[in-house]
Amino acid sequence: MSTLVAQSITRVFGRFTAVDHISFEVGEGEVFGILGPNGAGKTTTIKVLTTLLPLTSGTATVAGFDVVREPARVRGVIGYVPQLISADPLVTGYDNLRVFARLYQVPRAERDARIESALEFMGLSEFARTPVKYYSGGMIRRLEIAQALLHRPRILFLDEPTVGLDPVARDAVWGQIERLREEFRTSVVLTTHYMEEADRLCDRLAIMHRGRIVASGPPSSLKADMGTPGATLEDVFAHFAGEGLDTGVGFRETQRTRRTAIRLE
Amino acid sequence: MATPSLPAAGFGRRIATQLDRTFAIVDYEVRKLRRDPSELLLRAVQPALWLLVFGEVFTQVHVIPTGNLTYLQFLAPGVLSQSVLFIAIFYGIASIRERELGIIYKFLVSPASRISLVTGKALSASVRGLSQATIVYLLAVALGVHPSLDPLDILGVLVAVVLGASLFATLSMIIASLVKTQERFLGIGQLLTMPLFFASSAIYPISIMPTWLRPIAYANPLTYLVDAVRKLMIPASTSVFPLGVDFAVLLGATIVLILVESRLYPRMAQ
Repeated sequence: MSTLVAQSITRVFGRFTAVDHISFEVGEGEVFGILGPNGAGKTTTIKVLTTLLPLTSGTATVAGFDVVREPARVRGVIGYVPQLISADPLVTGYDNLRVFARLYQVPRAERDARIESALEFMGLSEFARTPVKYYSGGMIRRLEIAQALLHRPRILFLDEPTVGLDPVARDAVWGQIERLREEFRTSVVLTTHYMEEADRLCDRLAIMHRGRIVASGPPSSLKADMGTPGATLEDVFAHFAGEGLDTGVGFRETQRTRRTAIRLE
Repeated sequence: MATPSLPAAGFGRRIATQLDRTFAIVDYEVRKLRRDPSELLLRAVQPALWLLVFGEVFTQVHVIPTGNLTYLQFLAPGVLSQSVLFIAIFYGIASIRERELGIIYKFLVSPASRISLVTGKALSASVRGLSQATIVYLLAVALGVHPSLDPLDILGVLVAVVLGASLFATLSMIIASLVKTQERFLGIGQLLTMPLFFASSAIYPISIMPTWLRPIAYANPLTYLVDAVRKLMIPASTSVFPLGVDFAVLLGATIVLILVESRLYPRMAQ
């Protein structure tokens, strides 16, 4: 059974259709990438699947729970790392995890062990007692992923997990996502506009453009379908979303993306 | 693998789970506050000025009828309540900061109910309120106001402060959920504080207000906070309402506001 099933999901804001009847499935232990230019509807897709935004139409189930009718149950089995920074700089890495261990009802006896193993998994053990304001961008991202793993979710949603990270930090995050799949069979849905990231991590990809999925499949077959020998994912992307470089992303979203990037530096 | 944390448990257990989540939020907020307690000390300056300057001057001139109390005795509970209002009414700025950072998304995708999240935030604000109340109470002792030192009276004041701070903090979070940006939020916060303060019995009795202002004072939750705190802190004072009414109004208004905000809070993530 697929961990995630989205059927014809749609989200409309006023007259703007951000997500337009898209369908896809994500299997257990599969890394599914949503690739697209800014404003393609990637974040909105994640928000409806994580119950943050109501669906306008369509249905979606996560681990068998319906996102509209059983949002509380869905929340219990998902992990989510938003594009924006979601760790609080004022407290330590440990305290950032502690509040979520309690919100997710990790049993008191297991709490500390679970927090420590999440920190260790993400390579942050020695910084557990350091306030997050002294963390580097890559460390913050890894802490956020640790936070999202505390309750051992069935599926992890990562919205632009490496935006604003330097190549070394990016590589570390990629390594952790790969280990996560190997060790826990956690399914992952990630959005990105980095081709390299999509190519390296994702079992299957959906290319989104103006709210629709315009192409999907494993990276290798997407490239093969281009018909040109040696075609790269860039070529695939340009083919399907090429004229979409200026999709009219508002000032607000641009400002937020840039701010996240600056903070993570 | 994870099992969903909402089994077909009894109603009582579900409530206990949500209460634990509420206190998880309080614990988290107190940890943040402990990292930077300077705000609390700065916040104590204003009530001190009200008592030391305004209070001392108006005690000399005897223009405000306060019955059998000195003006300073009348004023101290008002200043205590006002300091709780002032510290709570800007609490919504924390929600806006959490939204700008992105922390709010993580709270909202957790299985904690919206009511337990909002209640946790409201109670966190009351921790700040309690520290204010303690400082004003000690000041009052130092200035010879002779506040009641009966443990039950003090406990009553603390409960009133927790309710009052939760009430105004939730009102503040509602405003934050509606306006969403810092600039507009601060504008509205400024706009609200003075009318709430002056249309209450904090610094003069309702009986000397012009008739048009009285209904506003009666609709103002601060009036009930001041009334309860004054009766408990200065037992010789005459209260406008019975204590039971004061507490019922404070509790009822807090519950209504928490219910409203738990509907609005998820919009912060949209």
